[in-house]
Amino acid sequence: MPHRSVTTESPWVRRLLIAAAFVVLSLFLLLPLAAVFAEAFRKGWEVFLASLHEEAAFSAIKLTLIAAGISVPLNTLFGVSAAWLVTKFRFRGRSLLLSLIDLPFAVSPVIAGLVWVLLFGAKGWFGPWLADHDIKIIFALPGIVIATVFVTFPFVARELIPLMETQGSDQEEAAVILGARGWQIFFRVTLPNIKWGLLYGVLLCNARAMGEFGAVSVVSGHIRGETNTLPLHIEVLYNEYQFSAAFACATLLAFLALVTLGMKTAVEQLTGHQSSNHK
Amino acid sequence: MSKRRVIPGFGLSMGFTITYLSLIILIPLAALFLKAARLGAAEWWEILTSPRLIAAAKLTFGASAAAAAVSTVFGLLVTWVLVRYRFPGRRLLDAMVDLPFALPTAVAGITLTAIYAPNGWIGQYLEQWGIQAAYSPLGVFIALTFIGFPFVVRTLQPVMEDFGSEYEEAAATLGAGRWTIFWRVIFPMFIPALVTGFTLAFARAIGEYGSVIFISGNLPMQTEILPLLVVSKLEQFQYEAAAVIAAGMLIVSFVLLFFINLLQRRLNWQNR
Repeated sequence: MPHRSVTTESPWVRRLLIAAAFVVLSLFLLLPLAAVFAEAFRKGWEVFLASLHEEAAFSAIKLTLIAAGISVPLNTLFGVSAAWLVTKFRFRGRSLLLSLIDLPFAVSPVIAGLVWVLLFGAKGWFGPWLADHDIKIIFALPGIVIATVFVTFPFVARELIPLMETQGSDQEEAAVILGARGWQIFFRVTLPNIKWGLLYGVLLCNARAMGEFGAVSVVSGHIRGETNTLPLHIEVLYNEYQFSAAFACATLLAFLALVTLGMKTAVEQLTGHQSSNHK
Repeated sequence: MSKRRVIPGFGLSMGFTITYLSLIILIPLAALFLKAARLGAAEWWEILTSPRLIAAAKLTFGASAAAAAVSTVFGLLVTWVLVRYRFPGRRLLDAMVDLPFALPTAVAGITLTAIYAPNGWIGQYLEQWGIQAAYSPLGVFIALTFIGFPFVVRTLQPVMEDFGSEYEEAAATLGAGRWTIFWRVIFPMFIPALVTGFTLAFARAIGEYGSVIFISGNLPMQTEILPLLVVSKLEQFQYEAAAVIAAGMLIVSFVLLFFINLLQRRLNWQNR
């Protein structure tokens, strides 16, 4: 028997609290996840496969991949650049910049879509000019991409900034003294140090980009087979009471979420804990 | 700049970061406020005091506050168990906490609706008690609790991990019981982190859209949330009205963000 310590509870209280935590998380988080798969397979494998093997589902998956394929690299580039700026240099307005990077977290997804409609929509600031030049942004792919970029803006930067802050600049400074050039320093010294954090930031950004609903829903126009991303396709199916089909498509996104969480745990193992502190 | 910078890339990273930030975030948000400012004070007042908006605001802020409060209580329990105890399945439990972050909101929305609908896994039992969960304000609350929960845990976790046992030991040598130690010594140290977590969950809940609209039923005056009202104004091509409501929501969010920053500074100072 271990000693009874003054800084912990009696074994019974401990077991009770652990059990309570398991019950809370299972009922609250695990049950919804299980329900996605249960509902998807309610009518059997054939219906499940048929729902995915459909023209509208294919085009939704394709559009989701394209939108994420453009917005994630852009925000990765920004995240690296912003993290480099904020952690390697001290300058005036630095803490203001840090707050501004966090800003999209405080903006409702609906508003993240609305701002682009106000700029590029038919009645927006640039609407008439765009119409004259026959350029479509809202209710088309460019709108979906910029709305996704807005929403996923801070993810990579948020992941890298605390990591690079704790690592400091000693190694980069040593590299400068040894005569390394700018990009050489980044690729040979910094990148190997931040690669796991960067990978996780990119994964998180990607998961959010593929799953974004509110912002994309405002700018997409819901044109079936054309401007429906996977989450929007799920909404359309659900509103048409095709529940099994809606949940079948939802399993794809739920699976993506599970992979992202698994990678997070793996990255934390590799880097020895302390990866992210989401905001 | 007087001091020469040793590490290269200042100009490039500064230029790119500021340009990108301006194009993607600052200019669009400025455009929103400019659009809203086109209307005069009287029109602002008319939009912001319309009964439909007031009903939506009451539901949004009320359900968000209630959800954030429940998330805080559950969050404290789960974080305590995760940080203080070692048991099989702990890592799994830890990974599960992030599920609402990772699960797309539309998926969360339809699956929560399926569970809490009158014929759903939990809904059928609530129905027997005469409680309607889906398509009611309670449904909004459930969805927002789901969304807000991880914010509390992830804010509290690092603070609790850094909390040494010396205070508890000191209190125990002075004769305090375990219960007294928790409430008088440990809990007060966690209050700033709990308030930060609550505020983050609350701020996120105010703007939440995807997970709510399926479960809420979206009846004007009853189960309509503010973001949905913005969307419906937009669909009626009332751009200015949509911009005004959005601007109001943004101002509330920015005030909350500012408050969180103040708290965070206090937290850092405390942990030093």
